[in-house]
Amino acid sequence: MDKMPAWADAVLVPLISILLAAGISALVILAIGENPVEAFMIMVKEALSTSRGIGYTLYYATNFIFTGLAVSVAFHARMFNIGGEGQAMMGGLGVALVCLYVPWPHWTLALFGAAAISALFGAAWAYIPAYLQAKRGSHIVITTIMFNFIAFSVLNYILVNVLRPQGSMDPATAKFPEATFLPTFQSMFSTADNVMFRNAPANVTFFVALAACVAVYFLIWRTRLGYEIRAFGHSETGARYAGISPVKITIVSMLISGGLAGMMALNTTMGEAERLVLNATEGAGFIGIAVALMGRSHPFGILLAALLFGFMYQGGSELAFWTNIPQQLIIVIQALVILFTGALDNMVRMPLEKLFLSIRKGDA
Amino acid sequence: MDLNTIIQVLDSSIRLSTPLLLACLAGLFSERAGIFDIGLEGKMLIAAFFSAAITFTSGNVWLGLLAGIGASLALSAIHGLASITFRGNQLISGVALNFLASGLTVLIAQNWFKQGGRTPTIPEEQRFQEITLPFADALRDIPLLGPIYSDLLSGHSALAYIAFAMVPLTWWVLFRTRFGLRLRAVGEAPDAVDTAGVSVVGLRFAAVAICGVLCGVAGAYLATSLQAGFVKEMTAGRGYIALAALIFAKWRPWYALIACLLFGFLQAVALRFQNIDLGGIVIPVQAMEALPYILTVVILAGFVGKAIPPRAGGEPYVKER
Amino acid sequence: MTETAAIELKGVSKAFGPVQANKDISIRVMPGTIHGIIGENGAGKSTLMSILYGFYKADSGEILINGKPTEIPDSQAAIAAGIGMVFQHFKLVQNFSVLENVILGAEDGPMLQPSLRKARGVLKHLAEEYELQVDPDALIEDLSVGHQQRVEILKALYREADILILDEPTGVLTPAEADHLFRILKGLREEGKTIILITHKLREIMEITDTVSVMRRGEMTATVKTSETSPEELAELMVGRKVLLRVDKAPANPGKPVLEVENLHHIDEAGVERLKGISLNVRAGEIVGIAGVSGNGQSELMRVLGGYGHATGSIRVNGEELDLTGKHSDGQSRRARGIGHVPEDRHHEGLILDYSAWENMVFGYHRGPETGSGVLMDNKAIKAEAQAKMDRFDVRPPNPWLSAKNFSGGNQQKIVLAREIERNPDLLLIGQPTRGVDIGAIEFIHQQIVQLRDAGKAILLVSVELDEIMSLSDRIAVMFDGEIMGERLPAETNQTELGLLMAGVTDTNVAQTKEQTNG
Repeated sequence: MDKMPAWADAVLVPLISILLAAGISALVILAIGENPVEAFMIMVKEALSTSRGIGYTLYYATNFIFTGLAVSVAFHARMFNIGGEGQAMMGGLGVALVCLYVPWPHWTLALFGAAAISALFGAAWAYIPAYLQAKRGSHIVITTIMFNFIAFSVLNYILVNVLRPQGSMDPATAKFPEATFLPTFQSMFSTADNVMFRNAPANVTFFVALAACVAVYFLIWRTRLGYEIRAFGHSETGARYAGISPVKITIVSMLISGGLAGMMALNTTMGEAERLVLNATEGAGFIGIAVALMGRSHPFGILLAALLFGFMYQGGSELAFWTNIPQQLIIVIQALVILFTGALDNMVRMPLEKLFLSIRKGDA
Repeated sequence: MDLNTIIQVLDSSIRLSTPLLLACLAGLFSERAGIFDIGLEGKMLIAAFFSAAITFTSGNVWLGLLAGIGASLALSAIHGLASITFRGNQLISGVALNFLASGLTVLIAQNWFKQGGRTPTIPEEQRFQEITLPFADALRDIPLLGPIYSDLLSGHSALAYIAFAMVPLTWWVLFRTRFGLRLRAVGEAPDAVDTAGVSVVGLRFAAVAICGVLCGVAGAYLATSLQAGFVKEMTAGRGYIALAALIFAKWRPWYALIACLLFGFLQAVALRFQNIDLGGIVIPVQAMEALPYILTVVILAGFVGKAIPPRAGGEPYVKER
Repeated sequence: MTETAAIELKGVSKAFGPVQANKDISIRVMPGTIHGIIGENGAGKSTLMSILYGFYKADSGEILINGKPTEIPDSQAAIAAGIGMVFQHFKLVQNFSVLENVILGAEDGPMLQPSLRKARGVLKHLAEEYELQVDPDALIEDLSVGHQQRVEILKALYREADILILDEPTGVLTPAEADHLFRILKGLREEGKTIILITHKLREIMEITDTVSVMRRGEMTATVKTSETSPEELAELMVGRKVLLRVDKAPANPGKPVLEVENLHHIDEAGVERLKGISLNVRAGEIVGIAGVSGNGQSELMRVLGGYGHATGSIRVNGEELDLTGKHSDGQSRRARGIGHVPEDRHHEGLILDYSAWENMVFGYHRGPETGSGVLMDNKAIKAEAQAKMDRFDVRPPNPWLSAKNFSGGNQQKIVLAREIERNPDLLLIGQPTRGVDIGAIEFIHQQIVQLRDAGKAILLVSVELDEIMSLSDRIAVMFDGEIMGERLPAETNQTELGLLMAGVTDTNVAQTKEQTNG
């Protein structure tokens, strides 16, 4: 018998975790002498009340959808891919190469080309840790962490020594050609007399991210591969019995995971910066962990969680302008979300299970 | 390259190895007890901040050290709560604590000092002083051995000597004491420890606490000895390098010393030389920076001596019938 | 009732949620005796012992040790009360030496050396006294199962336990090792130790115990003197009614060989040779049972046949050679050849416990035609099919959406059987078909197996329950140490003969021993 109803497991537990995280964040704000309610109102106002704010929120959310999906696919195969950051960096490198060196006639083709290459680069960077896990049993958490640092060094070297334009001091590539510029929400939704999403970085990649949610949903819940990934995640011995190759599933799910993380570069590098900079990922690979945990590794949950984090990032960075609350508050909130939904899950779950058991006993 | 340069690079290696070694031994205690800890970075960072902040405000570096240890212990307590009491995912808890430290340090630093998330510079005389070993000045003129003793081994802060003394101490505790036997056992087979009438929870909390203390010392060393105050993200991945060193060392104290010295040396070389020209082949500085991570992956892959972690590592202990 | 009992339980009850594992248990165990506790799997024996060892706290009731009411909140208290426990799964640190394992938790001071020195002396003494020889400096991982068990007993004795509890101690032992163990236990009894032996094997109870208590569904149904009872009576007390050990079945009518195994060798991941040249065949319309003490290669044989263990040699199914190491040596290729497999361990192999029943109904066949022909799986058809199969196999509750973990053991097994049998395989591999299954379901499962045989299919059965092998099989092969020791027909053999074969004693050996004793 299940200890509590499915809806409680899917909705109540994460909800309480988030409330706990929010409560502690409010205490932190109080402790540094600011008003949490006011801070929240500012966040809402700056992130949600104008189309520009929404444009920023959606821009951040796009990143988090990709990295959240990436982490979730690996989670389904019971692997913890901390390497989203490095995989996204490599995805960026792929995007930069195709944007700079392929003469694209139109942005639509460039988007397809860049999507393919970013996924390919991200997947390639995930391949070695995946291979080592599958064949040599090297713990994928450690290897993916190491690969984040290695990716940074590789990117640093390439930007400084290879792709940096002559005379520039900045470790970044040249501006991409105009044909690769992606339509922003401003250009897509503004009319002649009404400018929407002014200067907001949200761009067409958001819809690619939505499509990725749908694709991952079908992959995990409706295809045979998804069936095998989940089966392997639940029980490796069971998978062996059923003729599901652990090596294949480990590698394939990590390739998908790395590919999704790599595609994040479409948004940051192609959609926003229009050149590759060293710190393009800005920790989004790690936020994917929080997003996947909060979204229960389900694409719909991930979408919601990514929107919430998008809101927090936009609202949080505006807070720094209007109050004395530094932007790092978001990192604290993010830490608390990961802590409560990921590591302290049982702290919330155990009392709830007891509660439901006693309610059931009361009924009987 | 003259002797002087070599001595300088090696001296710098020792300075850079010290925080790695402390964090590595911290991780060793925790992981030997079966608790994975990728939160070494966060604990060092928060300790670095509090030690610098308290040293600056109180003017007493030892008080600062205590504050750093206390802050690191607080994170250890959360890690213990999550991974021991509530049997949560130890890796996720570690990730969360790294972020918590990263955010909180800047938040509090900004609130207290209003200098953009850093502490003010701690004056030289308030920091940990360099200790001159006996006869260091008198022996300097002896060829080779003189400079090695006087310039390389002498002149480090108390925390550095503590760090190196921790290596034999850790070995002794692990392999010669009752506590060490139980600690190793709880990382291999917690059910054996439990049925032998020893508290698994107690042992693991003790290990996590020792880990907190050592990370605290490591953080204090960074902010009050190696550098003169706290700056944002000042650990700069050292917690992860320590983790790499731990794997490289196969969870053994003396190997940990060698691994940390090696990784410290790589950092020192990368700091001093931008690119290294080895007979026509130029090794870029980025390769030097990435080398510890690459070496760890190679070791993990088992191509050069397999690193086998403690058997019960990462698994919460649940009693079975 | 003047003598003080070594252990006395009064009205001990323990519930896990809605499951009443122990109900009002009372029992008296006299000092210097061997007391057996017998019952089926899930009867509550282990729970009771876990309460005695401080793993669980009883909801109500009282424990008296040597007449004194005693609280046992944890293992520490149990040890202090003089209780030692040898668990079914050993609680040893694999990469520690014997000595280190023995002193763990019972050290004399904060330093190790004095404790180690003392323990070395004590161990030497204990070895001489009780036939408990084991190298004190050997690492546990290098020891045989029998020796590891000795270390467990040594641990208890080193802690000066007066009461020794052994939970299913012979399950992993060869008959020779089991005999040695019994000699040790008898020696301990002579020294005045009290021993509680938990088992589900009637033979052991009759052989060694002084008194025996029977447990059924969490209750203690009887306590009797061993000398005043019989296996038949105990069996009846265990299951609550006359057991029907015979399975109703017509004589077999075997056809052409379906499975032909020749000279099969298998080396496991640790590099140990588990199968040493197995040759075997199973014909259509025949059940071949493999008897043996667990751990003698039966599991590996099933794994190799099921496609998830590499091997050398030859396996033919319906005359066609199978791939043993390459691309087609996986479960799905075997299924495509008409091999169904009900694995020994349904929790870790046969089912994904977190999957719903309908998802489990295509497990292993999920790439086959029944999941539809499109890119996506046809979940609607799978659910309908699952519902139909659950109805036919009387799975309760008949709810395809329920997770596999929420079914009882018997119903879980029915799900696996339904999945494998309903596909009408030419060859069915079936391991431990009734392990952890309630009596009612056992009959049903046995009937299904016989029906499949009568439909002209070949069946290879592995079971550690000798009774099950004898009543179901048309032919019996006995495995020992990775080899087939011999084949017998059920009508022409008996438990004694099979038991000797299971211990690796071949006919010639017996003959030789006889000659020697005669000569």
